[in-house]
Amino acid sequence: MAKRVEASNVTAYYGSFKAIENINLTVEPKTVTALIGPSGCGKSTFLRSINRMHEVLPGARVEGNLTIDDQDIYDRDVDVTAVRRMIGMVFQRPNPFPTMSIFENVVAGLKLNGVRKKSILEDAAEKALRSANLWDEVKDRLGKPGAGLSGGQQQRLCIARTIAVEPQVVLMDEPCSALDPISTLAIEDLMFQLKDKFTIIIVTHNMQQAARVSDRTAFFSIEKTGDPGRLIEYDNTQKIFSNPSVKKTEDYITGRFG
Amino acid sequence: MTTTVTSHRTRPPAQPATLRARRLPWYAAPAIAVAALALSAVIVYGTDIGGPVLVVVLAAVLYLVGLFAAANAVEGRRSARNRTWSALIHSAFVLAVLPLVSVVWTLVSKGAERLDVNFFQTSMNNIGARDANGGAYHAILGTLEQVGIATLITVPLGILCAIYIVEYGRGKFAFAIRFFVDVMTGIPSIVSGLFVLAFWVLIVSPWFNDGRPSFSGFAAALALSVLMLPTIVRSTEEMLRLVPPPLREGAYALGVPKWKTILRVVLPTALPGIVTGVMLAIARAAGETAPVLLVAGGGAAINTNPFENNQSSLSLFVYQQAGDASRYAPARAWTAALTLVALVLILTIAAKLLARRNRLSR
Repeated sequence: MAKRVEASNVTAYYGSFKAIENINLTVEPKTVTALIGPSGCGKSTFLRSINRMHEVLPGARVEGNLTIDDQDIYDRDVDVTAVRRMIGMVFQRPNPFPTMSIFENVVAGLKLNGVRKKSILEDAAEKALRSANLWDEVKDRLGKPGAGLSGGQQQRLCIARTIAVEPQVVLMDEPCSALDPISTLAIEDLMFQLKDKFTIIIVTHNMQQAARVSDRTAFFSIEKTGDPGRLIEYDNTQKIFSNPSVKKTEDYITGRFG
Repeated sequence: MTTTVTSHRTRPPAQPATLRARRLPWYAAPAIAVAALALSAVIVYGTDIGGPVLVVVLAAVLYLVGLFAAANAVEGRRSARNRTWSALIHSAFVLAVLPLVSVVWTLVSKGAERLDVNFFQTSMNNIGARDANGGAYHAILGTLEQVGIATLITVPLGILCAIYIVEYGRGKFAFAIRFFVDVMTGIPSIVSGLFVLAFWVLIVSPWFNDGRPSFSGFAAALALSVLMLPTIVRSTEEMLRLVPPPLREGAYALGVPKWKTILRVVLPTALPGIVTGVMLAIARAAGETAPVLLVAGGGAAINTNPFENNQSSLSLFVYQQAGDASRYAPARAWTAALTLVALVLILTIAAKLLARRNRLSR
């Protein structure tokens, strides 16, 4: 299920602005990797270029090599929708589809990609909702609108929606930043469980969270405003948080900068 | 001494000792209103300068002044301004609703006279100036067919055009389309009628009619389409722009293709607003007289075929009956006007209910 993500010399632009430069990084299957760094350092840009969501914005483009188990996802022959089905994404703010019920939200990815059979959809919905630790809370109101849930439940609904299409890699862009501590804890627990099946890459501003949930941590930074973001250090989480090899990482982690 | 002055200056503005404040009693505002009305009546009738309308207008002004003075004296400046502006806003609402109520009242009271079964079953065929009967069946049929065909043409075209502008169009071409849609919004209905007369009735229709130009309900539908299209495009465009981008991204991130995202996520989210825009366009088209007169020609007889020969419409019927010399014609005009308003109202309510049916109950 889970696959290896390999980035070499990845550079991403917004129009003429270079947002990240020469990112080299390998993410092993079935691990949680955290991307940390100050605002504007390109963590999210890098994350979005992994499932080709970066190019959705007008004028945005990516250079370099990004492979999933040795398949180049930026190859000319690659179908973007296939890439995104393989690499799911959870966004900062929960974004359930407002016109759909909870059930329809969870199976949206399957249904909109042509799965019609009701029994398959029902099984998939239950499985995804159970994996997202949401089943017990919503099983009696699957027909109610997804937008009627609380923020934390909505975010878990979005996670269920993402894993219902059975991706290999799950990207999370600050998934807890709009949530309270209890919902955050629920989602962090979820990440531990999901690690068995998926490769998870998470962008977070919360360093305790990075330390709690991730196996490996990548620290991104910029020299000054307007410069492209660069990967400063990438290592085991424990090493990054206890004994980083670059001075800048230490400064950031101890709160002396950023 | 100096220190006290300095400390005094740096202190924030004096806090009130209590959060309570003096309030006007509840009967103050109605009392001022009654007093204003009485004073106004005395002034107007005493000096004999006008009638009841002037009394009300003057009373409103006196009420505002009196309310401000009273509130200013008892409650203070902020509260006085609040009360005056609230009163102004309420008056503006009344002023805006007044013509609407007046129109509906006039229509109902004058239209009731011929609101009988006969009116909806007969046409004006063979109805002379001395006949009290006669109805608008042919006109209702014409309006339904013409507006129906125009809607069938413009709704898909307009929504697709708006989708292009919002989701696909980039650069100068999309900008040009937006610009020309804006220009189209300002086309007078007579111009659209002339365009269809010159293009469809005189040039194209002879091909289908043994070489002779022919009026038809379809030509009227074409002219109405020209008028409806910009309204639908612009309102749909605004509604699509209101759909939050994260919803589209959420669908893309599930591997859903762009066209399907638009069809299944973006359009349903914007649907209620799109329906409102379409209904506005339909209401405008149903009320147009000039283009129908120009290219469908009107007519007294029932013509069920929109593609051949003259057809009438409700608004055209109103125009013709209102100008008719027969003493029975004005009543028919009022009833037809009432029918037209009721038709648009019913269509609007039906469309709103349909749009809501798909949305989930909370």
